[in-house]
Amino acid sequence: MSRSLATPSAAEKAVRYVLLVLVLLLTVGPFLWQLSTSLKGPDEDVYSPTPDFLPADPTLANYAQVAETVPVWTYAANSLVVAGIAVAGNVVGATLAGYALARLRFRGARLVLGLFLATLVLPGEVTIVSQYVTIRSLGLTDTLLGVALPGALAMLNVLLMYTAFRAIPPDLDAAALVDGANVWQRLVHVGLPSVRGMLSVVVIFTFIGAWDDFLWPLIVLNDPARYTLTVGLQYLDGTFAANPRLIAAGTMIAFLPVVAVFAALQRFFFKGVEEGAVKG
Amino acid sequence: MTHRRWFTPWLLAAPAVVWLAVFNLWPAVNTVILSFTNAKPLGGGRFTGLANYERALGDEQLADALLNSVIYLLICLPLLTFLPLLLALLVEKKLPGITFFRTAFYTPVVASAVVVGLIWGWVLDDRGLLNGILGALGAADRPVSFLTDRWLLLFSAIALTVWKGLGYYMVIYLSALGNVPRELHEAAAVDGASAARRFRHVTLPGVRPAMMLVSVLIAVSALRVFSELYVLSDGTGGPGGRTMSVVMLIQMYSRGFTGHIGYASALSILLFLLTVGPMLLLARLNRKGA
Repeated sequence: MSRSLATPSAAEKAVRYVLLVLVLLLTVGPFLWQLSTSLKGPDEDVYSPTPDFLPADPTLANYAQVAETVPVWTYAANSLVVAGIAVAGNVVGATLAGYALARLRFRGARLVLGLFLATLVLPGEVTIVSQYVTIRSLGLTDTLLGVALPGALAMLNVLLMYTAFRAIPPDLDAAALVDGANVWQRLVHVGLPSVRGMLSVVVIFTFIGAWDDFLWPLIVLNDPARYTLTVGLQYLDGTFAANPRLIAAGTMIAFLPVVAVFAALQRFFFKGVEEGAVKG
Repeated sequence: MTHRRWFTPWLLAAPAVVWLAVFNLWPAVNTVILSFTNAKPLGGGRFTGLANYERALGDEQLADALLNSVIYLLICLPLLTFLPLLLALLVEKKLPGITFFRTAFYTPVVASAVVVGLIWGWVLDDRGLLNGILGALGAADRPVSFLTDRWLLLFSAIALTVWKGLGYYMVIYLSALGNVPRELHEAAAVDGASAARRFRHVTLPGVRPAMMLVSVLIAVSALRVFSELYVLSDGTGGPGGRTMSVVMLIQMYSRGFTGHIGYASALSILLFLLTVGPMLLLARLNRKGA
């Protein structure tokens, strides 16, 4: 066995690709199956024991029909509002706080950092009830702002930005200081360009987290007109379980945007992974 | 001097500090306070001592939920500790197209649990794909009730959690594998160590810290399970509400006229005590490792 580890033999390559394709079918297959169902017309039997994988006569009618059943586009817009607030809040808030903690020396910094860190042992589900009580006392139950507010600045993201700003060599800052740059100029011209990768990761996961969230909007929202997509889909499933084509269309409306965001920004994510940066 | 005015850092950190106080520290404190009251979702509440905790002791639905959590944990832990490691080894080698496979394997992670739950709910339905296949093979003369039997519903939800989690832990392992020095592998190969031996003596020790982290994350997330069970059971928690999780109970008591914020808070404290165990274990192991 003297073959190099870097170049696998043809046989090993073949075995690897076969396995990769098998796992691909297992992980992505169900989504494709759902996509196919969402494109099947009313005449096509979706219940037969041996259903066709491809729709015989692809149609977008289910997407129109699901919108007549529940206001699915309003739900999508609601989810977008919540995710938009979350992304904006986290990008701005975590960048500012992360920079202050990592690059400016001040009294109390260690205490604040310790408290940020301490919140990580607290699963969100544990405080969800009292979080609801807080939102209620702010008069924000049944509003999108009430859904978005608690997650608009996550402590984990502050810590991620802190770590990214810490990694900038001190010399860079020192040079800017000598040039008389103030804090804001150093943050914008020295700090930000060096943390773009981490900022992308914050954007991806904040968007996906807010868009996918189910438990919290389920607790805050009562009025079906204000539902976000996940809550609305569950509602759709409860009311019209009879037509899997409509539910399939609804799930695709919820699924495709996160896939698009992830696909567009995934290179930042996997770059970090390869550098051994993702330690959980 | 890094800045001229003493309050500049505080100005930058202000939003984060406000969120820390209002949406992290206060809810933690308030959960403890509320757990000693009979507060309702619509408001009100007065001090009732340990009444909520006494109620929890005699709550049969909670006992069911805790049993479900233990089963969830015992099945998820081995499967999600080892399968993602194998996946990471599969996608580690830089073959043409590997980025596509890595991204694709991560897809179930970025999808909402509701989306995934609805997809699998349909596959597992009485008239769904799986029962269709079983029927066509003659393996079952009537549909298997994956979603309406107490235990089958639980196992279906577990399967869903495992399927959805594979990519997440794969990425953590992938990151850890990147830190295993390549020279070690090459040296072992030169010494004539077989692939299996290299796996045992080079790869495994290299990813052991990641394995510890992954196990703790799995344990904590198994205790926090909600969406899978909720969506697969259409919010009912299965026949007689016996296939619930602790978080499902918390959600159930947190709203409506029949809700009980005080009791839900006591359940939240219980949930915290359950999750803190694995995390303390991780902290100890980390300290030993360092």
